[in-house]
Order: sequence, then C-alpha cells, then structure tokens
Amino acid sequence: MSVEHPTASTGNGHGHAHADHGHHELPFWRKYIFSVDHKVIGIQYGITALVFLFFGFSLMMIMRWQLAYPGQPMPVLGKILGETAMPGGVMAPEFYNQLGAMHGTIMVFLGVVPLAVGAFGNFVTPLQIGAPDMAFPRLNMASYWVFLPGCLLMISSFFMEGGAAQSGWTSYPPLSDIAPSGQTVWCFAMVLIITSSLLGSINFIVTIVQLRAKGLTFWRLPFFVHAQLVTAFLLLLAFPPLEAATVLQIMDRVAHTSFFLPSGLVVSGEQLKVAGGGSPLLWQHLFWFLAHPEVYVLILPAMGIVAEVIANNTRKPLWGYRLLVYSVIFLGFMSFLVWAHHMFMTGMGTTMSTFFQTTTMIISIPSVVILTCFIMSLYGGNIRFNAPMLFATAFLPMFAIGGLTGLPLGLTASDIYLHDTFYVIGHFHYVVAPGTLFALFAGVYYWYPKATGRRMNETLGKVHFWLSFVAINFVFMPMFFQGMAGLSRRLYDPTVYAHGRGVQTLNVVISLGAWLLGLAQLPFIVNFFMSLKNGAKVAENPWNATTLEWAAPSPPGHGNFITEPVVYREPYEYSVPGKSNDYSPQFRAEG
Amino acid sequence: MAETAIPYVVKPHPVTGIPNGKFGIWLFLASEVMLFGALFSSYVLIRTGAPHWPPSGGLSSDILNVPLGTFNTAVLITSSITMVLAWASCKMGNLSRFKMWMGATVLLALVFLVVKYFEYSDKFHHDHFPSHDNFFAIYFVLTGLHGLHIIGGVIVNTYLLGPGSKLWASDPEHFTNRVENAGLYWHFVDLVWIFLFPSLYLL
Repeated sequence: MSVEHPTASTGNGHGHAHADHGHHELPFWRKYIFSVDHKVIGIQYGITALVFLFFGFSLMMIMRWQLAYPGQPMPVLGKILGETAMPGGVMAPEFYNQLGAMHGTIMVFLGVVPLAVGAFGNFVTPLQIGAPDMAFPRLNMASYWVFLPGCLLMISSFFMEGGAAQSGWTSYPPLSDIAPSGQTVWCFAMVLIITSSLLGSINFIVTIVQLRAKGLTFWRLPFFVHAQLVTAFLLLLAFPPLEAATVLQIMDRVAHTSFFLPSGLVVSGEQLKVAGGGSPLLWQHLFWFLAHPEVYVLILPAMGIVAEVIANNTRKPLWGYRLLVYSVIFLGFMSFLVWAHHMFMTGMGTTMSTFFQTTTMIISIPSVVILTCFIMSLYGGNIRFNAPMLFATAFLPMFAIGGLTGLPLGLTASDIYLHDTFYVIGHFHYVVAPGTLFALFAGVYYWYPKATGRRMNETLGKVHFWLSFVAINFVFMPMFFQGMAGLSRRLYDPTVYAHGRGVQTLNVVISLGAWLLGLAQLPFIVNFFMSLKNGAKVAENPWNATTLEWAAPSPPGHGNFITEPVVYREPYEYSVPGKSNDYSPQFRAEG
Repeated sequence: MAETAIPYVVKPHPVTGIPNGKFGIWLFLASEVMLFGALFSSYVLIRTGAPHWPPSGGLSSDILNVPLGTFNTAVLITSSITMVLAWASCKMGNLSRFKMWMGATVLLALVFLVVKYFEYSDKFHHDHFPSHDNFFAIYFVLTGLHGLHIIGGVIVNTYLLGPGSKLWASDPEHFTNRVENAGLYWHFVDLVWIFLFPSLYLL
C-alpha cells in the first residue's frame, strides 16, 4: 500500500464541485491504525478476523482431545493450561463448557462475520461500485475501533473468576443468568460488537445506494454487492433485538432483575432469591430473532464471493443473474420469519411450530435457486481451476450438503429426534465451515492481488485447498452418523451413555480430521505472508475480470480510481460473441 | 488530512432525493425502532404472563408519578417544537435565532432529565430497585435506555450549539443538514417517550 495516487477529482459527474486534493503523506498512525480509508479498514478487519478464526478453531482442537479420549490427560497443553482448567492434565467439565461457548461465539461474531462483511464488504464494495470511499469514512473507522475492544473484552473473559462464558454460544437463561462472571463480560463484549456492526451496516447501505458510479444501475451491480446490501439490512434490523436481549441479561446478572428467571427457580437445592415472573423463552425468541437472520449474514456474502469467482473463472456470464438477485432479496426477507424453528422443543405449541415449519420449507426454495444458478453457470464453461476457483467450486456441494441436511431439522417431527444432537452440529458446520469459510478463502485468493499488488502462490494454495477439503469432510461427515445414533451435542464425556459408546470411534476420526485441518492451514499462513514479498507482481486486472474493482490500480491508492469510472454494461459480460477479448469490462466503452 | 471527495455529503442524490447523512440517520432510526420494539415486545410478553400487573398489586398509576410524567411529556413535546424552530431558523439564514431555539431545546431536555432524576430517587428512596419486581425492572430499563438517548441528544445538540456551529461560516447548507439530522433523532426520542408514558404510567 505504499503506492499513493493523487485523488482523481477531475470528473464532475455528480453535479457539485469536488475540492481539488493534492498529495498528502499521512503519518503512520493515521494511515494504518486510525485510518479512514475503507481499504485499510477492510484489511484491519480481515487480519483481525483471520486471527480470531484460528484462535476459535484452536479452542475446538483442544476440545476434540476430550471428545476423542475422554478423561485422559492431555499431553503438553494439559500442563500449560494450569490446574483450574486441566486438573492433573485432564480437562475440567467447566473448562470444556467454556471452550464450547467461546468457540461458537468467536467463530460467528469475531471470525466469520467480520471477515465476510467487515473485511470483504469494506474492501471490495466501494471498489465494485466505483466509489472513492465509504459514505461515512470516520464512522467506518469508529466501527472497527468499537469492534476490536469488543473482541479483546470477549477474550479477556477467560481470565475472569470462574472463567469465560460457559452456557453455550446461545447463552440460554436461566443457566446463563446464574453462570460465573465471565458471562457478564460476554454480554458487554456483545453490546460493543453489535454496536459496531450496526454502524457498519448503515454505512454499507448508504454507500451502495448513494455512491454508485455513473451508469451503474441496480441491474448492473455485481451479485456480490447485492448480497452485501441484503446482508447489511439483516444486520441493521436483526441485531438490535439481540442488543435488547443482552441489555436485559446484563440487568438480570448485575441489577438482579428477573427478566429471564421464572418464579420458584431452584438452584443447587435452594430456591433462588429473586422476584421471579420472567420468561426464559423470551431470551430464546429475542436471540433467535437475531440469530436466524445471522445465518444468512454468514452465507450471503459467501454466495456473493462465489458468484464473482465462478463468473470470472468459467469465462461465462452468471446463469440467471436476475433470478439470483430476486432470490437473495427474498431470502433476506424470509430470514426474519423462521427464527422459532430453533425452538420446536420448547413447548411453544403446535400452531407456532407448524407456522415456522412452513416458513422454513419456503426459505429453502431461494437457497436452492441460488445454488442451481451457480451449478448452471459451470455448465459448458471453459473452467480455470485456480486456487480461488477450487474453493468456490467446493462451496457448491458443501453448501448443498449443509442445506439439505437442514430440512429434517426444519420439520417438527424429525427435529424431535435430531434436536441438539451432533447431527445439528454437522448440519450448520457444513453450511458455515466448508461452505462460508471456503468461499471466504476463495475471496482471499481472488482479491489478494488487488489488495497487495501481488499474487498468492498457486501451488501452496492448491495444497491448502486439497488438504482442507479432505480433512474438513472427515470432521463433519461422521457427525451426521453420531447424531443419528442420538449423541447429544454438548456432552462433556460422550461415552457416559451406551448409545454414545457405539459411535465413539468416530470421535477419534473427527478429532484426527480436525487436527489435520489445523495443519492444513499452515500453507495458507505461510503463503499469506510470503506472497507479500515474493508474490508475482500484477497489473490492475490479473484475472481478466469485468467488474469495477479491476479498473483501479493494484493496490488502489487513496480515492481508489485514477479517473472517475463510468459503467457501460452489465457485470458479467464474458465471452461475448464477436468480441476479440473473452471479457468486456463494465468500465470500458468499447469492450 | 487528505479527505477524499465523497459525493452527496451536502447535496441530495438525484434519485433518492436526500444527502448521505439524512439517509444514514433514517437507517439508524430503523434500527432503533427494532431495539425499542424488542424491548416493548418483552414488556408485553412478561406482562401478559404475569397473574397481576403490577405484580405487587395496585395500579401502575398509583406506583408511578403521573403528574410528573405528564409534565415531562409536555416538556419533550415542546422541545420537539423548539427543535423544528431551530432548524427553520437555519433555513432562513438566521444563526442567532438558531442558537436561541437550540438553546431552548437543550434546556428543556435538561429539565426532563432533572424531573427524571427526582422520580428515580423517589423510587430508590422507597426501596423500589429494578430487582424489586418485573414492573420496576421494565420501568427502569425502558426509561433508563430512553434517558441515555436523551443524554445522547443533549450532547449532539450542545455540540451543534457550540463548536459545531463554526461550520455555519464555511458551509451553511451542510450545517443546516446536520441540524435537520439531529432533529430527526430528537423527534424519534420524543416519540419513544410518547409510547413509554401511557404504556408504563397509565395502562
């Protein structure tokens, strides 16, 4: 990012005078730390998120020891982690619960969402719409600097008395209301993280609606931008109820109110001395009202990335572009109407269950439409299987497995059996891990040249892909069988029940797969840093792509574009018959 | 500072008809609706699940001070009017009238907070803390969060009254837009109170 270009301000297509800005050298802390540049903020989000993804994954790799070899002392780490967490080297049940709750929280709120929305949204969206920056650059900076303290606060909860949050990532009361003080820290950290994404979502929507380049109509937007726009609306409208719920939980824990505590609650043989009259179900409704749209916050940006990579590497227009856009909007809308399918087992009544079962079946339709469009896009293409494309292609079957295994969970009858088993874990991990995360890796490999001006190493990328692809299926596929055998998802010792002992061998397989998956990330980490120095240098458009971000220099300077971009055509005009090139960029009049 | 020239900071976008800031504030208010909406829904759910409301018996209007609440409602409605007058003064190009009306808005907000302080301390004096029962829990959470919004509004409005008004000299239109946005937020905070007052004090 050392290349600085004077801000392009000669064009005056927006009907008011741009001030002429010369070339300023900002001090280090303004350029890289408290930067208002969307690209720097995007990279900050990206690196933070990648670090937390690896940290959250490491928590799981520790847990997998206990699941594979329950009650056996853990080598090396068993001594390092101390006597409270690992008495005699054997994992304490409370520590196991902390690892589980924090793994979920970190992966979702500190890892995947910041990477998908904070990093890719921030870095790519303004470039793809031809804007000089986000609409509110300082607000953008603020959202990162609210997010980071939230993350650090969340991690610091491990050092609280009684340890970190341990009531699952869903933090269901009454358990979470009476949990040790780490849960209070969890709540405060969540308030910061939610506030950050709220600020971010406002910024995204305003940017996409107001700052599109001349000629860039809604039907000319890349699919990635549509996906980000819908995602921003989900964040904007779904997060506040969780913020409300978190505030109520803070009140329950700190001011001893009873929002989520029913009357006559007995804890450890004694009646809890609170006013009572609250409702544990209230938390579940508020939580899932956020957390189901949240699922689509996780998946929609991933679909956006896959769309970009597939169109670019099949050298064909996306199949059914408008269908994709309508589907993603419908998906966003419906995601607000399915939350209680997480609550079939709470006894909320058959009428409610039937309603949410129906909406859940309906929401699967646009997902299938999107997936079908992607598969149809591959058909007849002359596909370049580079690293981003490998990840994007693998996304399709992985997301399909994740999606289809969700249907039995959305049907009330089969959910009674499968609820809270390892089947559920397998299902949503197929959506988020080999689904979303693979798409995000595709995005890293695809846009790395734009961010740094250098390509990532292709061989290391392929090693990373194939090892990850094999390992990740060893991790999540066996979980379906464990779940169908009835193994409960939050058991500290899976062998306490006879039905768990029958599938215990699979736990060893899964753990070995998880540790291999951990090793498989090493080529990526090496590649990521090594390519900063040694990667092959690239020009503006190394992938011969059509969308606007490839009109800017690599890396783009402050203000992004040298001359104000103008859009002449739809986003994916690849292999247009009669043209000399197999791609006609949006930004070129002749093409 | 190398500010990048971002379009539609001051002038409205030709299609949406509003500048960026106003669009942003409306989106923010949408999220606020969801925040208070979730809290109101929680109130409804807990209240309908309770055998008596308030749980300790009696009527809400006996426990909470209705005359003070009514007075505060009047104060906030008046402050909304002075806020509009402050914005109108900007539109008419009169900064000193703006300062008068904006000063009145801030003053009324402070009156609201002082009254709220007396109400709160009266409750605490009678040992009515949020932990007493869910009636007080909801009363304190909803009015407390609303009070924080009032404090936020006071900070923004004071800024516009003081150091923020320097923008008037260089870019009066931009400044007027900011006043309008602060006004939108302020009307929203008033509106929340219009819902809070009857549903907590009277019903």
